Formats: sequence, C-alpha cells, structure tokens
Amino acid sequence: MRTPFGSSILDAACRLPVPFIILFAVYVVIHGHHSPGGGFQGGAILAATLILIRMVRGEDDPWGLDRTRAAILASCGVGLYAGIGLLTLVFGGNYLDYSVLPLPLVPEKVRFMGTLGIEIGVALGVTGVLVLIFDALTAGETQESDDGK
Amino acid sequence: MGSEFLGMVNYWLSAILLLLGLHGMLMRRNLIKKLMAMNVMQVAVIMFFISLAMKTGGTAPIEQPGITEVDAYINPLPHALMLTAIVVGVSTTGVALALLIRIYRYYGTLEESELLERMQE
Amino acid sequence: MTPFHTRQCLTWLMMLVVAGILFYADRQLPRMGDPRSPASTHVSPYYIEHSHHETGAPNFVTAVLADYRGYDTLGETTVIFTAGLACLLILGVELGRVSQGEE
Repeated sequence: MRTPFGSSILDAACRLPVPFIILFAVYVVIHGHHSPGGGFQGGAILAATLILIRMVRGEDDPWGLDRTRAAILASCGVGLYAGIGLLTLVFGGNYLDYSVLPLPLVPEKVRFMGTLGIEIGVALGVTGVLVLIFDALTAGETQESDDGK
Repeated sequence: MGSEFLGMVNYWLSAILLLLGLHGMLMRRNLIKKLMAMNVMQVAVIMFFISLAMKTGGTAPIEQPGITEVDAYINPLPHALMLTAIVVGVSTTGVALALLIRIYRYYGTLEESELLERMQE
Repeated sequence: MTPFHTRQCLTWLMMLVVAGILFYADRQLPRMGDPRSPASTHVSPYYIEHSHHETGAPNFVTAVLADYRGYDTLGETTVIFTAGLACLLILGVELGRVSQGEE
C-alpha cells in the first residue's frame, strides 16, 4: 500500500468517484445543522477518499496526503477547535461560550457560526488522524503487484 | 404479559450480543479474533443506548417547521453520547492493531499458545 | 481435564453468571418506546424545546454535541488525536520535513 498498485484499470476507476465523494463529505460537514451529519461523519468520509487514493496510487502521489501533511492537518483541526474556545475567553465569556463572539449577526446565528467553526475543526482533525493511523499501520508493508515482481 | 415481553426484546438482543462478544474474547486463541470480539461488545453497548432513546410515534430529532411538542421527537441525548462512544471505539481499535503489529514483528505469531511458548524463551 | 476443557467450563460458568445478572436487571428497565421513561424526561425536553431558538440549529443532536456539550466534544477530539499519536509512537514511524527539498 506504499507503492502504486500497478493496474491502470483501478487507476482510471478511482479517478471517477473521488471528486463526488469529497463533495459529499463537505456537504455532510456543512449541513450538519440541518440534516444528520456533522464533523465526525464528514471527516470519516473524507478520510475514506484519501485512503482510497493512497491504496491505488501509492504513498508518494501528489493527489493524496502524505504523512507529514496528515499530521499537520490533524493538529490544525484540534487547534482550530481549542482556538475558538480561547477566542471566546479573550472576548470575555466562558470557554466555548459562542455568544460573546463579535460577529454582526442575530445572537442565535452567532452560536450557529461558532458551532460551524468547531465542526470544521473536528472534520479536519478526524481526517488527519484516520489517514495517519492508516499510514502508521501500513508503514512496513511492501505490496506485490499483479505479476509478482 | 405479551406486550411486556415485546417491550423488552431490544434489551435482550443487546445482552445476547454482549455475551457473544464476551465468549469470543475468552475462548478464541488468536489475538485478532479477540480484538474483533471486543468490537462486537462495543457495538452491543451502543445499540443498547440507542434503543433507550426511542419514543413510540416519534420521528428523527431534526425540527420540522410545524411540530413543536416534545413527544414527537425521539430523545437526542443518547445519540450524541454514542457518537463519542463510536469514536472512542475507533481509537481503541487503532491502537490495539498497532500493538498487534509490534507483537507480530517481534514474535512472529499471533496465536496465544505459541506466543506464550516464545515468551518463555 | 485438559487445559482447554478447564477454560471452556470456566468460560461458560462466567457467561452464565453475567447472563443472569443482565437478564435480572433487564426486568426493571422501562419498556422500549416509553415516552415517560426517565431517560426522556429529565433534561432532554429542555434541549428539544429550546434548541432551535437558542442555537439556531434544527438538528438537536448537533446542537447538543457542539453547543450545549461542546467541551465533551473537545475532549473526544483530543482522544482520537491521542490515539493517532500513540499509533505513531508504538510503530516507530518518523515524520519528515515538508518545506525543504529532499536530500
């Protein structure tokens, strides 16, 4: 799973669903307030896309997410969540009290925007961690291609 | 008596699933099978909580524009708690698989009896 | 008796004990679908009634998870992040640098 699979049929077949799955993952994250979904679910779908690319095209492909960037993405996701909490502390409220954020909106929409921000943070964090776990578990594997080279 | 029997079926099914997972964890000798049995036990606990959230005649916990009474929506609190439980299950499985890979690399086997023999040496 | 038979007998004994406890406790749980069960009448009506006009989200589960109980979700994200770090540490995987060119 570190080297490309070596089959052009799989390579062509994985190009087709990947944009749609990414679009669906972003839809699930952003529509978490109006339909079932949210950060964890969307992050898992996005991680499934990246793992598919990694399995078919190998580890060094520029389409996918390599190990360092996955770790950076995971840290940025958790940092965004904790950062929004610290931001509410700076503006005088309790930790993660979204109503004190200075957005020019109705008070309930301010809380809406606060939860949307943390859901995006959760999605990025879960994506990075799932790709990182997959990468760590397959770090020592070599994959035999179809003709057993 | 009949309706009371039918009202408890979900708890019995969760208990049976938990017992199946427990049996798998105790009796199977391969470490991967024990890990999968632990996953079955986690799913049993999650199903138990989700079945506690049900209300007869209720619909999904998303607010419809006209309906405002409390009994028309099922209880959202166990669903939120079980999202956390599912993620904890994923984390536990990931770390357990990493430990199993280390054990396999060092001892060469994942069978419990052979592992105990090789650990004695 | 062979060790396997000892193990099998002890396992069935333990499973009978656990099954007895579970099925005895199942009698006192509320009927499935009961709207007056203790799980549905304590704090959950507050979330259902006030969730839309306090948080602006029609989805009660997201409002509870991200707004009313947002601190628990922060702990949860930390849990999965720690699991990823633990996987990296256990398997001895190194992270390289991303900015400089390769050697």
